[in-house]
Amino acid sequence: MVESEASEDRDFRLEARAWLKANFPASLTNVPGLLFQGDRHAAEANADYQLWRARMTDKGWGVPTWEPRYGGAGLSATQAKIIGEELTAIGGFNPIRSYGTMMLGPTLLEYGDEAQKLEHLPWIASHERRWCQGFSEPGAGSDLASLQMRCTDMGDHWLVSGQKIWTSGADQADWCFALVRTDTSRKQGGISFLLIDMQSEGIEARPIVLISGSTHFCEVFFNDVKVPKGNLVGQVNHGWSIAKRLLQFERNSLSEVKADITPLAPMAHDYLGTDALGRIDSPDLRARMVRNGMRHAAYMATVRRFAQEAKNGGPSHGVSTLKNLWSGIIQERGELLIELMGANGLGWSGDAYAEAEREATRAWLHSKAFSIYGGSYEVQNNITAKHTLGLPG
Amino acid sequence: MAVLNDEQQMLKDMAAEWVRDRMPITALRSLYDHGGGGRSDAIGYDPECWAEMAAMGWTGIIVPEAHGGSDFGYQSLGLILEELGRTLAASPLLSSALGAVTALRLGGDAVQQERWLPGLADGSAIGTIAFEEGAHFAPERIATSATLSGDQWIVNGRKHPVQDGMAANIFIASARTSGQPGDRDGLTLFVIDADAAGLTRDPLDQIDARRPAALTLKDVTIASDRVLGEVGKGADLIDAIVDRAAVGMAAEMLGASAQAFDTTMDYLKTRVQFGAIIGSFQALQHRAADLFGELQLTQSAVEDALIAIDDDAADISALASLAKATAGETLHRISAQMVQLHGGIGMTHEHDAGLYLKRARVAEQCYGSTAWHRDRWARLNGY
Ligand SMILES: Cc1cc2nc3c(=O)[nH]c(=O)nc-3n(C[C@H](O)[C@H](O)[C@H](O)COP(=O)(O)OP(=O)(O)OC[C@H]3O[C@@H](n4cnc5c(N)ncnc54)[C@H](O)[C@@H]3O)c2cc1C
Repeated sequence: MVESEASEDRDFRLEARAWLKANFPASLTNVPGLLFQGDRHAAEANADYQLWRARMTDKGWGVPTWEPRYGGAGLSATQAKIIGEELTAIGGFNPIRSYGTMMLGPTLLEYGDEAQKLEHLPWIASHERRWCQGFSEPGAGSDLASLQMRCTDMGDHWLVSGQKIWTSGADQADWCFALVRTDTSRKQGGISFLLIDMQSEGIEARPIVLISGSTHFCEVFFNDVKVPKGNLVGQVNHGWSIAKRLLQFERNSLSEVKADITPLAPMAHDYLGTDALGRIDSPDLRARMVRNGMRHAAYMATVRRFAQEAKNGGPSHGVSTLKNLWSGIIQERGELLIELMGANGLGWSGDAYAEAEREATRAWLHSKAFSIYGGSYEVQNNITAKHTLGLPG
Repeated sequence: MAVLNDEQQMLKDMAAEWVRDRMPITALRSLYDHGGGGRSDAIGYDPECWAEMAAMGWTGIIVPEAHGGSDFGYQSLGLILEELGRTLAASPLLSSALGAVTALRLGGDAVQQERWLPGLADGSAIGTIAFEEGAHFAPERIATSATLSGDQWIVNGRKHPVQDGMAANIFIASARTSGQPGDRDGLTLFVIDADAAGLTRDPLDQIDARRPAALTLKDVTIASDRVLGEVGKGADLIDAIVDRAAVGMAAEMLGASAQAFDTTMDYLKTRVQFGAIIGSFQALQHRAADLFGELQLTQSAVEDALIAIDDDAADISALASLAKATAGETLHRISAQMVQLHGGIGMTHEHDAGLYLKRARVAEQCYGSTAWHRDRWARLNGY
């Protein structure tokens, strides 16, 4: 694919291709990996998924750039990228990908002490420890730093009390990385970053039903929860900079595109028909689909350009811009998909709607969250205006 | 708002009060199953509320006085539909008191009108139009066939989705008496009883919990005095009915847009982040101001179309498409922004934002999608 690839990279690509071909279970081809990432029960019930997870764990390729002692393979960023590309090429997915690999892992690598890394990273690298993100609270969403969950120093342990909300996967998580308040006299300067075992006494996670019908997130109550002293990452009251770094990792992973999205055109021809000139037989819908497709193509070019520039030491603060472009394009695509399905895109359940139709409807509903979580559309634009464009405010 | 006469103003106030009282948004919510979709035991409307609507005369608003109605006109009915739209009230009023009544008013002869209008006017009968046969609204692209056998018609085919089709006892259904799917020639309208032998109906579990029906017609025998209008020449009649139904839906969508907007404005005035009410952030103020502008366009387009229908103006089709497409675009945007501006809570089933979003997409498709009406407006205006 890349002509100018260095010969050692070329060799690695061939090696990766061969290994993936031999080890990726055929039954999982083109299955969305998110299915298992978000649903512990689906993951546990699927033997091929478990096999695939175990093989990738042994190889260390779920987190290829991590050191072997943390469960990785000690590979370069280029090699990691090659694995991703080869995986995509065979319709595969990374079975290790999780909040742990995308958010907490990279953060611990930078801010955790050696004991914390050794205790958690290998379990993340094998995807045997599921994590949830306990940041948002009822009164602290976009204004995350106003969070209130109390964490008191009891000498030999921390005592945590308060409430988190919108915590994705909290009911299925083994652990939670949370922001807590250790000092009430300062806003950002009173926040600490704490790792909490979800099995601890005093924690209750109540699932909340989403508009898509899924119970993807929870409200979580912490009632005098005891947490070991060693679970605080970095220094007391220094959690805000750790959180900001983690949010960068999160935004990065949200705008990171693993695979090309399926084009709408073939489906549109099926549902809307084809006119005498071979065009989708709805000029209005066609024009809007074309626009969406072109924006996506330009977006992919932008992702590649930003990556290239970053490698050459160029500008790297495009994350907010990318996240808004991506969520906008995907949300519009979701709208177009159910619109091209017409009445068939409006079903909730029942045989009158094909499975793909019902999935499209749910996916459209869920996509509305893309411009809310990981920093809302508005918050991202504020960041772009202030930090990228240098506008006052 | 167009200047309403006293009667219309009274009607609007009364409707607003009744809807607030009897069909608040919680009424729709009770039709939902846990987590979404319609409750399988729900019939899509509340018979008690329907009886009250009928008692207030809403079911007979466009029915001529001679047939038991008040003949107040489409504008008046539009005012009520708008108020019902505010709380997403699920009732067959649009399907029956507007759709079916319009079909009989425009297509029925004196005998047919006397036979069916009084029941529709007093709410003892519920009617609906059954023109669609697939994913996309295309009243000419139908395959349901009607063939003459002696002096009776034998009808075979499937009609779906049929709005309020599980509640209705009379269908105004289109069928092909000649020609091929796509032909304008050969379309005929029939009045079919829900209990006709050979007719079965199944509910469709839709995101808005309304549960429209899919009708299957298998050798349904229909007497020739149940043909509305001329055999084979139904296309223009269908267009005229669709125009009016689309405007009624646009009125409902205007109400839904207005309420989604109001609820969102309330939230912008109360939610605090960064030590300030979020409505004080200029980015959100501009969003609100933009949406307010869209609402103005929609209200004017809907009112003009309703007035045109009452005046029997020459450009009803263009105005109907303008109203439906404008309302579609506005509700599309406002319902999405309602979720967005509520943040996390807007994504929960417990909050109303999702209910507006779901109803919006159904309404956008109903009686011709936004795209369909844009295309038609384009054709009618020489684009
Ligand atoms: C599906 C989903 C999953 C989530 N998962 C998690 C999770 O795992 N862990 C976790 O901690 N959180 C999670 N969240 C929460 C998410 O991070 C918050 O919803 C988000 O930060 C917004 O906060 P809020 O909901 O309180 O909205 P608010 O902050 O109250 O925002 C309401 C509206 O005001 C706008 N707004 C706020 N401030 C400004 C401003 N200064 N200028 C302009 N507009 C502004 C917002 O953009 C939004 O439109 C999840 C959310 C969703 C929807």
